Amino acid sequence: MAASSPSALLSALREQVARIEGHGAGQARRVVPFGIPVLDGALPQGGLVCGALHEVAGAGANVEHASAAALLVAGILACTGGPVLWASERFDLFAPALAGVGLPGSRVVHVEAGKAVLLAMEEGLRHPGLAGVVGEYSGRLSLTASRRLQLAAEASGALAFLIRRGPQLNDLLLSEPTAAVTRWTVACRPSPPPLPHSPDTPGLGRARWQLDLMRCRGGVPGSWTVEACDAQGRLALPADLAHRPAAAPPSHLRRRAAPGRTAA
Amino acid sequence: MAEENRQVIAAANQAALRLGLRPGMALAHAQAMVPDLQVAEADPEGDTSALAELAAWCLRWSPLTAPAAPDSLWIDATGCAHLHGGEAAMLAALLSRLERAGISARAALADTPGAAWALARHSAQSMTIVPPGAHADAVALLPIGALRLEAETVQALRRLGIDLVGQLLSLPRAPLARRFGPEVLRRLDQALGREAEPITPLVPPEAVQHHLAFAEPLLTAAALAIAIERLVDAVCPRLEQAGLGARRLDLIFERVDDAVQVIPIGTSRPSRDAHHLGRLLKERLESVEPGFGVSAMRLVVTLAEPIRPTQRCSALSPDHGPEVDLAPLVDRLASRFGEARVFSVLPRESDVPERAIQVSFPLAAGPSAAWTWDLRRPVRLLNPPQAIDVVSALPDDPPALFLWRRIRHRVRRADGPERIAGEWWRRDGEVAAVRDYWAVEDENGHRFWLFRRGDGADPATGDLSWFLHGLF
Repeated sequence: MAASSPSALLSALREQVARIEGHGAGQARRVVPFGIPVLDGALPQGGLVCGALHEVAGAGANVEHASAAALLVAGILACTGGPVLWASERFDLFAPALAGVGLPGSRVVHVEAGKAVLLAMEEGLRHPGLAGVVGEYSGRLSLTASRRLQLAAEASGALAFLIRRGPQLNDLLLSEPTAAVTRWTVACRPSPPPLPHSPDTPGLGRARWQLDLMRCRGGVPGSWTVEACDAQGRLALPADLAHRPAAAPPSHLRRRAAPGRTAA
Repeated sequence: MAEENRQVIAAANQAALRLGLRPGMALAHAQAMVPDLQVAEADPEGDTSALAELAAWCLRWSPLTAPAAPDSLWIDATGCAHLHGGEAAMLAALLSRLERAGISARAALADTPGAAWALARHSAQSMTIVPPGAHADAVALLPIGALRLEAETVQALRRLGIDLVGQLLSLPRAPLARRFGPEVLRRLDQALGREAEPITPLVPPEAVQHHLAFAEPLLTAAALAIAIERLVDAVCPRLEQAGLGARRLDLIFERVDDAVQVIPIGTSRPSRDAHHLGRLLKERLESVEPGFGVSAMRLVVTLAEPIRPTQRCSALSPDHGPEVDLAPLVDRLASRFGEARVFSVLPRESDVPERAIQVSFPLAAGPSAAWTWDLRRPVRLLNPPQAIDVVSALPDDPPALFLWRRIRHRVRRADGPERIAGEWWRRDGEVAAVRDYWAVEDENGHRFWLFRRGDGADPATGDLSWFLHGLF
């Protein structure tokens, strides 16, 4: 065998692995980037891959209602086009908030599926043409069930999100391994004063989230503090004008070591 | 009704008739007599279609009914009266049902359609029953207007001093026909039964259905699934021929022990796609209990609607990509989880948060209105709002601390108040009601949407209790 350059060999091997993993030879998946270089850089495809299952959970006191997680998912879907199926156990979303991050009510079909959220998601993933399928699930997610969803997502090409909602704080169920391609947690962080130059002015500024990439197939786990979705659903890095110049280098980002549980 | 450049009364109800208004009267004249007269534009086409609907409704009394424009219905009650407890009971039930529906009607039952028509209009009572064979005597005493003749003919006869049908009967027939044409004699003969007058019955819309009987009773789900495919394949081409699509289907299983089971399914949009309908039906198969076997199956289209061609995609449409047809997905989800559980949420004009959303059918074209306010709204809305204990420095200050589910949240930042007043036009209780909303953030960065009932000054606006209404 003629020895080719190591980089060519590596890329050939990568392609082979991708084919085994079911990503299809040559056909590049559509990617929805966050638009934040450091965040996109941590993901192997430079953004969230369509046709894959992504898990998002709240953190701390927000595990039960997962409101920040729902808003993050809505913001990401706002950047895509096309209808979205949103399956929940009990409908408690307030649609104006989704519209507020760029996902209007006319784009979303809600289904109140009780305990059968995963079934409704799979039904949606089998239907061609949806931009995204979201499930809000509080039960246990087995490896088999998540694998089914992942396969269905691969076949449809839609962005599949599973918002994990635990009945209790820091539920252990949320840390079990699943077949999802990425797993995120969104934690609320105290926000800075609305007007940086006048800290005593009352009011609420843009919310702050801590995004933790707990697991990512082929990527590096990490943690970032971001500003919550704006009206177009885009995240932003906090400028923190009060303390440092606007064009601060990204080195000020807190970057944690990867958590230990990354097995899949 | 416009007639020769003037507005004429086409029809008047009982109250108007009592006031002296008559059909054919000029509208200006009528309005001079009754200044606060309520006038509705005549809608002859609407009347005709409503009459046809009423005729279809009357099919419950007899299989032969027909609308007779402008304002009559024929019901051929031959051999039907005994099913409804006799002729008198049947007519009484018919009239009382019509009256409950807001239709004032008169009914007559006689041997010939002509006699029934005449008596329904000219009898003293609103309900007349002529015993068999007595119709000639009954008609003889009626005015000649009861014979369905042209108004000019009636006037010409009156001028000759002929007012009653009986007088007409005693005249020689040949000169009568020469003078007034054959119409008079024909109507007279029809009323007396000398000439047959068939009515053109309304054809009830026949349900598209298919029946499949099996030589051996079916027991397995796989066999039933194949039978469903056959039924759907038989029904869909017939729907296509009729230009219809199914909205509701009943799949009826007839078991060997004579028990009957029904799977009803519905579609969100008229469909005659055999694959789609078959799949919807097969998904419900698990609810069928075959027992000792299913001996026959019947698929009935209980509600069909015309399918209109729709434009799927235009080359010049904005780049939203190809239009996605969600109907099959919505149908499958609706048949699995229930129709009320698949929905879209569209804006509605209201400032009260609970009312600002409108749960609608997923494929319905939404109103173009959007949530216009550029205000903070929570992602999760608690329904109903949960009572919380709040501590604030001054009554009108933002909350400093609140207790929700026994957890203390110390408020770091707050935005508000946003005052939302009750919608007084909906309920009397909301005339004074006021809610003051605050968006607050606790020390961990969690954001909550709180409101206080009342404006703090006027006790009528609320009792100053605090509630948590949503989470950001």
